[in-house]
Amino acid sequence: MLGNTTLTEFLDGLRTVPQHRPWPRHLLDERGWMDLIHQLAESDWTLLGLWADGGEVHAALRDEEDGAVAVASLSCPERKFPSLSGVRPGAIRLERALRDLWGLTPVGLTDPRPWLDHGRWPLSRPLALPRGPAPETPVDYPFLPVEGEALHIIPVGPVHAGIIEPGHFRFTCSGESVVRLEARLGYAHKGVEELMAGKPLAEAAKLAARLSGDSTVAYSLAFARAVEAATASEAPPRAHWLRALMAELERIANHLLDVGGVCNDAAFAVMLAHCTTLREAVLQANAACFGHRLLMDRIQPGGVTHDLTREGGATLRTLCATLAQRFNILVDIYDDLPSLQDRTVGTGIVRPALARRFGAGGFVGRASMQGGDARKAAAYPPYDELEFAVPTQPLGDVNARIWQRIEELRESLSLVNQLMDGMPGGPLMRPIPTRGGEGMALVEGFRGEILLWLRLSEAGKVVRCHPRDPSWFQWPLLEAAIEGNIVADFPLCNKSFNCSYSGVDL
Amino acid sequence: MRLVRLLLKTLLKGPVTLAPPPADADSLAQLAQGLAARSRAVLGRSLAIRALDAGSCNGCELELQAVGGPVYDLERYGLKFVASPRHADVLLVTGPVTRNMALAARRTFEAMAAPKWVVAVGDCARDGGCFAGSYAVMNGVQEILPVDLVIPGCPPEPQKLLAALLALLETVA
Repeated sequence: MLGNTTLTEFLDGLRTVPQHRPWPRHLLDERGWMDLIHQLAESDWTLLGLWADGGEVHAALRDEEDGAVAVASLSCPERKFPSLSGVRPGAIRLERALRDLWGLTPVGLTDPRPWLDHGRWPLSRPLALPRGPAPETPVDYPFLPVEGEALHIIPVGPVHAGIIEPGHFRFTCSGESVVRLEARLGYAHKGVEELMAGKPLAEAAKLAARLSGDSTVAYSLAFARAVEAATASEAPPRAHWLRALMAELERIANHLLDVGGVCNDAAFAVMLAHCTTLREAVLQANAACFGHRLLMDRIQPGGVTHDLTREGGATLRTLCATLAQRFNILVDIYDDLPSLQDRTVGTGIVRPALARRFGAGGFVGRASMQGGDARKAAAYPPYDELEFAVPTQPLGDVNARIWQRIEELRESLSLVNQLMDGMPGGPLMRPIPTRGGEGMALVEGFRGEILLWLRLSEAGKVVRCHPRDPSWFQWPLLEAAIEGNIVADFPLCNKSFNCSYSGVDL
Repeated sequence: MRLVRLLLKTLLKGPVTLAPPPADADSLAQLAQGLAARSRAVLGRSLAIRALDAGSCNGCELELQAVGGPVYDLERYGLKFVASPRHADVLLVTGPVTRNMALAARRTFEAMAAPKWVVAVGDCARDGGCFAGSYAVMNGVQEILPVDLVIPGCPPEPQKLLAALLALLETVA
């Protein structure tokens, strides 16, 4: 079986779940799951996600050779399953979270520490049936040991100096150099998966839109597409195009803030001031065209809530023209300043092989030679009709992640223009039929590929929804990127990653 | 050279900053009940603000950052974001207050010197918003801290944030 087996060949002949769309879901027994682990050691398949539903564990995989996507499922009557972490290190935190929330034990996972559960909830195993009792004391979290002479530790957070999300970083340093960074997250855990269970679509969509506020469009799109897949329905063509328009506006706004933010962390505040001003123009155009600055709740299962008027179109065209011109000036300035590049070039390097091992996508992966982009790989409409490049950078440093955003932003500006040129007419919404089923969506948010899987009841309510943020596979790389860098370069590295806290804390 | 050109152009063009909004009437009414004029003389017309994310989705943070940026320019009113609670007069809390953040939020408040005020920003901070009822959240800032002002919205727009903070400035400083 090993060698050059494709994912489709490997799963061929296994029992398939009938109501799972658009990709197949196969049922494996424990032996099949072990075979999968052995095969993963040999194959280049990407682990897209790992989650549980009731007593079942699901792993979503993609064969990068032919682009085939499939879900492999294992029933765990004894509430344990063989861990994938040995062959896919990106699974480590997913399995720790799964153990905290579902009480399923990943056998072979070497890290026994909890992840999302800090021992402060009034219960444990919140998604398991029955749930576990409340812990007697909060978790005493042991950080990984670091041995050596004259090392000192700098604990940072969960409350940070800036206006950012909560998380704890533990730096072990030798002089100025970081020997080890370890992040502890989970502070923003809101119990979203539990809240979504049993909710009607409209309420669950609202929660999906608030998984990570800066990616609200991408998450709403992922939720809507998963619902549409589960119910075998489709949004009207105009809705697809308006969704993509909103998604690209979100990408542009976020990339602008990030480019400015990284420069600001190298004490070049002028760039942040100008990028913020440009970003504000995008947000004001969003509000003028669609009635919300961040475009929250504009995408719903079945379509979109707001149409683009003729004036709205004119606003966006003017915006793109001035944005392109003014952004180019900023890019030239960045390119012109050796004192700024002195901070960004060669800082926080992520090797392509490591990015590959963790299956990291988005600007973090692409700045380290990983070419994946759900808009191409999953080719959901209307991207199959649009022309755009997926740039990559070879060096994987902070500078590469800045250039990655610059190039992606330019592609997005071109996409916005194409979307305006080709926008079809017609209705904005098609009602979702009331029926059960399982659906999965892969959507490219500004950080990378979002996976969202859900199961609907026959009454059309959400039974189980699992969103997997791109940052799950990017956070661990930050810990590698900072190694050997000076402490003062951490803000630069961190901002150049700009991982989501809320999105992974759930 | 390009940088110099940009700086000159920016200088000559004048500020991009929008005109200030009037102090928000609702906020003024909210504040009038609780605050009186208890420390006008102490603070002058200036307040230092410490922003604290108690588990928000990050939407409110984006708008708070915008308020601090050149277009809304919070600092022109004597209001500024500071890095430490030790320097702060106002604790501005976003998010429903997750149980995992409750202790850190309390400690941040305790680290501030009196007189001090708490502002709950966003629908989640008001009452938990769409996360209310979860095993993992406290259903709003008032569950753990004395709240002086609520700025609703999901997220509240920068002009709304400014108007409410100006009301706070008029009432207390």
